[in-house]
Order: sequence, then structure tokens, then C-alpha cells
Amino acid sequence: MALNYDEVIEKYNPVLGLEVHVELNTESKMFCSCSTVFGAEPNTQTCPVCLALPGALPVVNEKAIESSIKIGLALNCSIAPYSRFARKNYFYPDMPKNFQISQYDEPICFDGYVDVEIDTDEGPKQFRIEIERVHMEEDTGKSLHVGGATGRIHGADYSLLDYNRAGIPLVEIVTKIVPGTGKYAPEVAKAYVAELRDILRGLGVSDVKMEQGSLRCDANVSLMLKDATELGTRSETKNVNSLRSVERAIRGEMLRHAEILETGGKVKQETRHFQEDTGLTRSGRSKEQAEDYRYFPDPDLVPVKPEAAWIETLRAQLPERPSIRRKRLQKQWAVPDKEFAAMVNADVLDIVEATVLLGADPAKARTWWLGEVSRIANDKSVAIDELAITPAHVAELINLVASGELTDKLARQVVEGVVAGEGTPSEVVAKRGIKVVNDDGALMAAIEKVCAAQADTAEKVRGGHLPAAGALIGAVMKETAGQADAAKVRELLLKFLGQ
Amino acid sequence: MIFKTAAEMATSLANKEVSSVELTQSHLDRITAVDGDVKAFLHVDKEGALAQAAAVDANRAAGKSLSPLAGIPLALKDVLAQKGVPTTAGSKILQGWKPPYDSTVVSKLKDAGVVILGKTNMDEFAMGSSTENSGYGPTFNPWDLTRTPGGSSGGSAAAVSAFEAPLAIGSDTGGSIRQPAALTGIVGVRPTYGAVSRFGLIAYSSSLDQAGPFGRTVLDTAMLHEIIAGHDVKDATSINASVPSVVAAAKSGDVKGMKIGVIKQLQGEGYQKGVQTRFTESLDLLASLGAEIVEVDCPSFEFALAAYYLIAPSECSSNLARFDAMRYGLRTGDEGGASAEAVMAATRDAGFGREVKRRIILGTYALSSGYYDAYYGSAQKIRTLIIEDYKKAFAAADVLVSPTAPTTAYKIGEKVDDPMAMYLGDVATIPVNLAGICGMSLPAGLADEDNLPVGFQIMAPAMQDQRLYQAGAALEAALSSKWGGTLITKAPALKGGAN
Repeated sequence: MALNYDEVIEKYNPVLGLEVHVELNTESKMFCSCSTVFGAEPNTQTCPVCLALPGALPVVNEKAIESSIKIGLALNCSIAPYSRFARKNYFYPDMPKNFQISQYDEPICFDGYVDVEIDTDEGPKQFRIEIERVHMEEDTGKSLHVGGATGRIHGADYSLLDYNRAGIPLVEIVTKIVPGTGKYAPEVAKAYVAELRDILRGLGVSDVKMEQGSLRCDANVSLMLKDATELGTRSETKNVNSLRSVERAIRGEMLRHAEILETGGKVKQETRHFQEDTGLTRSGRSKEQAEDYRYFPDPDLVPVKPEAAWIETLRAQLPERPSIRRKRLQKQWAVPDKEFAAMVNADVLDIVEATVLLGADPAKARTWWLGEVSRIANDKSVAIDELAITPAHVAELINLVASGELTDKLARQVVEGVVAGEGTPSEVVAKRGIKVVNDDGALMAAIEKVCAAQADTAEKVRGGHLPAAGALIGAVMKETAGQADAAKVRELLLKFLGQ
Repeated sequence: MIFKTAAEMATSLANKEVSSVELTQSHLDRITAVDGDVKAFLHVDKEGALAQAAAVDANRAAGKSLSPLAGIPLALKDVLAQKGVPTTAGSKILQGWKPPYDSTVVSKLKDAGVVILGKTNMDEFAMGSSTENSGYGPTFNPWDLTRTPGGSSGGSAAAVSAFEAPLAIGSDTGGSIRQPAALTGIVGVRPTYGAVSRFGLIAYSSSLDQAGPFGRTVLDTAMLHEIIAGHDVKDATSINASVPSVVAAAKSGDVKGMKIGVIKQLQGEGYQKGVQTRFTESLDLLASLGAEIVEVDCPSFEFALAAYYLIAPSECSSNLARFDAMRYGLRTGDEGGASAEAVMAATRDAGFGREVKRRIILGTYALSSGYYDAYYGSAQKIRTLIIEDYKKAFAAADVLVSPTAPTTAYKIGEKVDDPMAMYLGDVATIPVNLAGICGMSLPAGLADEDNLPVGFQIMAPAMQDQRLYQAGAALEAALSSKWGGTLITKAPALKGGAN
């Protein structure tokens, strides 16, 4: 009964809407001078203001305003000459004031767009994602629900509260509805979040680490029949903590919606939570009855009125756009389209560039990061920049291979060692005693031993059947624990067998 | 000594005729003698006050340069956070809470060497006009212990009126300094909004709240005003400008050539006869001193009360959300694995009094979606109209005047069950708050029918606070020479203390 993805696309058009929350990397919080450093002991980065003690007042962090304007400019938005903070009122223990200071009908930036390019069956294609608004708000604290099976508030024995995160500046970037992506909806969404992340990283306004929650995406998805004129009911999926999850979550929601619609059901307007392990979403709070947040302008804060001259100064300081940078890098490194797309897809551009800037050959840097290092990251299910290996390590490794001190095969062992935290490539080489066996005597001993053990094969080679040499070379390599240079072995072996 | 003015006490201290410890002890003795009847104080910080006094004496002995009010005792409204001293805002929900920080007003008082005797009673969260809404029982008017001292700063006004302190700090959201000053025969000033920092002032209605001084004379009040005013980076709504020279103005009281505008809407019907009579006499006196009396029309004042009772409750419904039992204050219903939500509800039900609940409900309703425009939105428009009215009126007059309150002090219990009657008492004071300007109440004599104090209100444009003192000092001097001393010296003696 359930349709597969191609059948869903045949019958329905998906409509997307993406809300991205970005934690700014300001040194202090949005409305007080508390530190924003991640990972401190619970409740050590708090003060009367962010704990909402009686009488405490918020004061806006100017740096957060600057970062928000930069973001708006980079997303081609208009910057409001006058905007205000509003209070979003609702009770929740991890929100000290029981209202969140946010922006409501007067966001600081509005009406922008981001262009993203994805690979389609017909080649690369550009999609424009329109930005509705960019607004500032403060983060809430964190609840840890202890006891119970699910780690959720229901069924927990008790809850612990950590207010270190309360008041960290957030910027929310909201798209207009995104129609017309068809079967590429998941890829477009992923490309959009990736582009945003690159833009934000380029601006230097956020750590943009999805796994630490400094960039969080809520994905709204709905389906409409191909000939329909009205939008379908949407679901809003939260807890999407990686680029891959953005793609999976949207694809999963499209399939789930289609299954409901195909069986004559109605999609519920609700919040859903993405499950990293299954790739499915589970129901959260129902939004059928819209909550009344009783928004009103925060009387403790004054309107934000950035001067036009300041905005222009910030505009002039904007860094190179990621899409332009990509084109530049591709040209500089002379990488074919397909390979470059693979790099973008694997998110290794920054790290390869850093490696090249340390003097490494671009092709070699790309091969290492995209190949061996990516493979290890995949095996461990972690992001590539979470591994202990750095651009400096890879640059050093490439040098060691170039100078003949390591073979490619040995270098892979060194990478393993670096990832395992054994130190720099040179240190790993020293500790593990890895070296290329170039000693003819040792190699000859191994060759003689192998040829004696595989006398029939050796005879074939001696008789001029050269392809048989491969097996013998392999055996010699094994005999020397991979430390021999295969070309050298081949040369000596053939000589030994009179060829 | 306690019956002298603060300025006289300051001279005696400077001349070393008396020490601050002696002066402080005299006031503590007075509190012991009379506060059982007056009940102005919620908490007397005997040790803290004497320690502060001793420190000032030591500094004086060491020849250090001291502020004019160094060593003078003061009563502090319990709405202001004072580090380590119980601070309740008159509410059971904050019983036992000791702030870990000083409000800016308290910091400034401490820096000036002003001795804080203790915390004074108030209507819970400053909501009320009689101090009967305190969670800790009412305060009694020293002129007639069966009557209220007004409110919400009734404790502070009564303390000054009963010679328990020469000076006090109150807060004025809709008249809460000026009305009790009027009802207890003393001087009270609500400074321009933003002139005195709200940091550490427990918020009732953020856009209307303003702390200010009480004294028995215009000069005393000015001296305190100058100490607590000034820009504060911890309050975003604080005005970044120099403090008007109010002490100089109080010393050179003069109304010759001054245009004094009588607001047509704030007199006549609804005003007690004796109040109206003393008001008119004062006007005549001002005219005889060379002022030009003009009548001004402020047609939108008719809607001021309605606008106030939408804006203030709306803001308070949000400001008071933080009292949720999670971090400080009262906590009830926390047995048997109750949810956080249930604990919040039980605590707020037990901790808040009837008037506070009434206003939270009113404000929650006014901010609800579907009602916002009709209530909160309309109220903001009225606010704009009132500002316009004042603008026109101040184009025709340097200061504006009215009776401070329509009646003299009423009996305890008389209006407590009739909120509308109570709210009407604020009709003349509320427009100042809605417009964010400044106002003073000073004694205009006793009403013939009940022999109780009548207040005369002077209003001036924002940041023109010195005009209040210039006009007030002139009127005070003229009235005092007529009476042979300030009005407060005519107050009846209290049991336990010789007047």
C-alpha cells in the first residue's frame, strides 16, 4: 500500500519551510555579561539577570546585534531601521523569566534569499530559497529528565536544570515556503542548511556545530497533490542534528505524509522529533490548538535602531560568499566538477583548504581527506573535524610520502595512529617503528624465501609469464609487513627470476 | 534631633554635634516606640544600619570627603533589592528571600553613606493605593491610625511622617510616591522615567515604574533625589544625560514669571471639598508670588485610568511570571512527585494575594490573541494621546498643577472591597506615569472637614525635574510662613513618642 519515494513524487509536490536556529559565538550572553563557553559545570555561568532574580533587567549585547545584521546582509535581507524585542510568554522550568525575549512582528532583518546548487539528473541546477526573516532571541536553559525510560519529562522521577545556556544569543532564520523542489526536496534542504552554515562560518558569527546544537534546523514539510492549489497540512520536525539528518528527516516525512494521505487519513499539524537511529520521526506536541504566547514589546528594552552608515560599513566588510569561494577554489585546485561536488558533499572544503595553505599539494590533500580520513570518520560515525587528525598532520604526511620516507600504504597506518591519538605523523612513525624497507639484502632474503615456497609460480615468471609475478610481490610485501616499496620489490624480483 | 529636617541633621553631623551612630540609634529607638502602631517597617536592619553609621563616623573622623547625606538614616521600600537583607515586595511569595545583589539605588545610597534602617511595607508588588494589599498586613497613617497612609509606598511615607526616618525611597507606577506623600503630609517626587535606575527594583509595570525620594521638606527630597538619580548601564531604559540640579533649584525656590498651568480635567467634580479649597488657596498664593496661572486642557486624561489599568496589568502578568518556585521564594505543593507545573500553580496560588491575582488575570486577558488590539493596543494609543496633551500643555505653561489625590486619607477597610473606588484615587497621578514625565506632591494644608493632609501636585516635562523643586520650594516657603512651620510639625503626637 505504501508508496515508494518515486511514486510519492509522481503524485505529490512537496513544500518545504525551514527554520534554522543559530547560536551566536559572542563572548557574553544576549542580555547579561555571563560567559557563553560550552561545556562548563552546570549553573556556573549565571547571574541575577539570566536567572531572572527579582529586579534584574536585561541589556542588549551590541555584538549580537552586529552579528545579526551581518547575517541579514549575507542573506541579502533588508535591515530594519527600527525593530523591537518582544516577550513570548509561556511557563517552562528551563526558562527563568517564564517568557523568552524574542522578536515578533518587528524582526531585525527581512526579505532575503539564498541560492543553492545541487546535482540533478539534468546536471547542476540552482534553487533560490527565499528568506522571510532573521530575528534575534535568547536560548533557554537545559532540562535533564532523570528516571523513566525515555529521558522525556513524562515518566521522569525528577528533572535537573542547567541555566548556563539560558540567555545565549540565538538568531532564527526563517524561510518563506519553498515550493518547486520536486523530488530534490531533501537535497535542496540539505544544500540550503549547508550553504547557511558556510555563510555563517565565513562571517565568523557562530561555531555552527550541529552536533553541539549551535546550529539547529526545524524542517516543515507538507505534500500537495500535483493538481492541487492549496497547501497540505505541515509537520514540523525538530531535533535534526546533522546535514544528513536534514535530508533523511525530510524524505522520511514525505513518505510518512504520503502514507497517511494514501490511506485516506489527514496529516496532523504537529511538532515531531527526528530519531537519529531509525531515521523516523515521533510525535511531539500537537499544534492543532495554536498556543497563545501573548507577545508584546518588551518594556525593559529600547528599540534597535542601527544607523545606516554602520550597516554600510558592515556590508562592505562581508567576506567572500561561499558559492564564489567554491568556484575560486575549484579553479585554483583544478578539480573536475564531479570530484569537486564530492568534496562539497563530504564537507571537506575548509579542511582541504587549510591543508593546502600549509603547503600541501591540492590533489593529494583532497585524496587524503576525501579518502582515508573520510572512511575512518564514516566507520566511527563522527564528523571529520572531530577526529584527532588535523590539516597540519595531513600536510606532514604528504611530505613524508613525497620524500619517500613512507609509502602510501604505510602512510595509511600512520593516519590510523594519528587518529588514535598517538601524536603527529613523525611521532607515530617513530613510535610504531614504521619505515620503508629499502635494504636490498632484507628484500632479497624475503624474495628468495617466497620464491622457494611458491616454486611453481616462480617458474612461470622465469618462463616469461609476467602476470604471475603479482602473487609473488604480494607475498613479499606480506613477508615485510607492508614496509617495502612495492616497485622496488618488483624490480628485484624480476631481476632475481631472470626477467 | 529626629524631628529636624535631613538638611539640618546633615549640618549637625558635619559640625560633629552628633554622630551618625547616635542619629541612627535615635531613629531605631523611635521605630521601637511607635512602629508597633504605625507598622511602617517589614524588616528593621538594626545591625546593618549601625554598622553603616559607624563606618560613616569613622570616615568623617578620618577627614574623608563625604556626600551631603552621609550618615543620615533612610527607610527603603521593600521593592528594592538589598544584598543579604530580606526583600519581599510585600508578597508572601518572596518571604525569606535575601537578594545576592544590590539594586543600583541601594548601591548609590551605600556609596553616599546613607544609612539604610530597614525595609518598608507596601502593597504587594506595588499594586494598590492603601498598603492594605501587603501580604504582611496594612500600615497605619500617623495622622490618624484608623486610616491608610495611601500606597503603594505607604510604609515609606508613614515612616517619614512618623519621624521614624527623615528620608525614604518609594516607587511610583501610577502615583505610589505622590499619593501617600499627600495622605501623610510630606513631600514625594516621582522623577522622570529613566532618571533613576530600575535595576534591582522588583518590576510591577516596567514602562511605568520609577523609584523616587520622600522627605519632610522640598530640600531634603531634592538632596536624596540627586543621590539616587543618574545613568546606569544595567538599565536599558535609563536616560544617558546629566542629572538636573534639583538641590540648587530647591534652594532658590522662585515662581516669579513662571507660567503655572491648571489642568481643567484634574479638579472639580469627584474632588473632596477641602482638597479643592486648599488647592485653590495654594494657587492664589503662587499667583501672589508672581506666577502666572493659566488653565490648560488635556482632553485625553479622561481615558488615562482605563489605559493604565490595561498597560500595568499586562506588563505585570509577564513580569510576575518568574515567581514560579523553581529558583527562589515560596515553594508549595512539592510532595508526592508533583509535576513542575503543579508546583508552580500551587505556589502562585498560595503566594499571591487577591489584587495581584486580579491584575495578572486582567493582563493575561488583555494580551491574549484576538484581544490584544482592542485592549493593549488601544491603551498604547491613549498613552500617545496623553503625551500629546502634555506637549501642548507644556507649550503654554512651565509646570502643571493639580490636587495630588481627590480625597484625604480614607479609613482602613473602606475601599478594600471596591477596587474601582480605589483605582479612582489615582486619577490625578496616573497621567504623569503614562507620559514618563516627573511629578511632585507637597503638603497644601489640612482639609477643613477632616483635618487631614491635602497634597498639591506639580508636574514638569521629562528631564526638567528641577522645575518641580523650584516651584515646590517657593510654595513650601510661602505656606510654612503662613503656618509658622512645615505642615508635618502640626501632626498629632504618636503614643510612645513625644512629638
